[in-house]
Amino acid sequence: MEETQPKTPMVAISGVNKYFGDLHALRDIDLTVDESEVVVLIGPSGSGKSTLCRTINRLETTDSGSITVNGRPLPEEGRALAELRADVGMVFQHFNLFAHLTVLENVTLGPIKVRRQSKAKAEERARALLDRVGLSDKASSYPAQLSGGQQQRVAIARGLAMDPKLMMFDEPTSALDPEMINEVLDVMQDLAREGMTMVVVTHEMGFARRAANRVVFMADGQIVETATPADFFDNPQTERAQDFLSKVMTH
Amino acid sequence: MFDNFDLMVAALWDGLFTTIWVTLASFAIALVIGAILAVMHVSPAPPARWAANAYTQTFRNVPLLAVLFILFFGFPKIGISAENWVWALVGLGTYTGAFVGETLRSGINSIPLGQAEAARSIGLTFGQSLSSVILPQAFRSVIAPIGTLLTALVKNSALVLAIGVPELSAQAQRLINDNRDRFDLWAVIIGVLISYLIVNLIISYFVRLAEKRAVFVR
Repeated sequence: MEETQPKTPMVAISGVNKYFGDLHALRDIDLTVDESEVVVLIGPSGSGKSTLCRTINRLETTDSGSITVNGRPLPEEGRALAELRADVGMVFQHFNLFAHLTVLENVTLGPIKVRRQSKAKAEERARALLDRVGLSDKASSYPAQLSGGQQQRVAIARGLAMDPKLMMFDEPTSALDPEMINEVLDVMQDLAREGMTMVVVTHEMGFARRAANRVVFMADGQIVETATPADFFDNPQTERAQDFLSKVMTH
Repeated sequence: MFDNFDLMVAALWDGLFTTIWVTLASFAIALVIGAILAVMHVSPAPPARWAANAYTQTFRNVPLLAVLFILFFGFPKIGISAENWVWALVGLGTYTGAFVGETLRSGINSIPLGQAEAARSIGLTFGQSLSSVILPQAFRSVIAPIGTLLTALVKNSALVLAIGVPELSAQAQRLINDNRDRFDLWAVIIGVLISYLIVNLIISYFVRLAEKRAVFVR
């Protein structure tokens, strides 16, 4: 076998701890995400998976430990942090589309303000991305005029418009009606197939099984188990994971 | 009864014109000061928040007349002189600015945190998040209360008669105190009331129009 040069991981988290008051929300977290890897974080509510996801672009601060993104340590507040965030796309549970802007303006705001692209160029790209998520006819709509699934697809297009090195999804389907979940998961699965590096917090076990390279199971602020989807779902090693799966996989 | 009616109308018209431009100019100052205060209120730097708070508490808790007196009588004593109307604009603007700041702050606080998080997550700086995402939404959500402040400012502008600016109320006072008693008291009083009423009704109309146009559903 040939020795391959170890690549810089896209995300490297080591020894991270986080407290909310007395609550020890993240305990000694070590996790790396390689380029083009899709890592799905699952676990019961309150296990810290969303918090962990949000620490990666410093929407949550940490109390100890280190996080690097693409080899660079997370900057403190300020311009350097804004630059890092521009490279890390984020999709939220509640979409968080800019309510006063049209769909097209939502997607072009970052490219124009942060990437300094011309309006024409940003709009051309935005229309292509909206087409890709199946919403080219909604460019001039306002977010409130769209369904939840449509809003979330716009949010994905907004993230992609920045040409991110990494996309993070924080429970992207948890606020959606059941019939809209798949339209969002389909877009995400296409992204995964195209080689986007992704960190996904989700309760969608089917998505985890199909799209993940690795499943990370968290409970009580700790990473309890890390495995390939097949190993994790068919042969969980820990009692916590077995217990969790028996509760979510009964239907 | 309507002796010298044309003279009275001319005087009140002059006063109304002064009232309107003093109000508009000081409102512009108040909007700028208010926007700066609101940004300071939500700033991550504590000294900015303290300074904004000190300013707001000061101007909210002293009478406007006291502010005008300090400017008009006090400042020349420390070597800063200006025309009456300058002090009128500065006094009305700084005073109203404190209220605009508080109103905008409440508007900012009404914007869901997710908007700011989304703005930051696409790489906007703190200032860009405010100017492109938060303030435009905050302004729209406080159009009605800002309109109320403008209406109050029209009425407050009457106080600058105390520092010798010939606005509407000052003209009325001059007509009422006319040493040859040429003007009918009730005609003057009703003329002044109607003038203020018309100005503020017009403002209310445009505020409501602006509110309708700025509406966006969350």
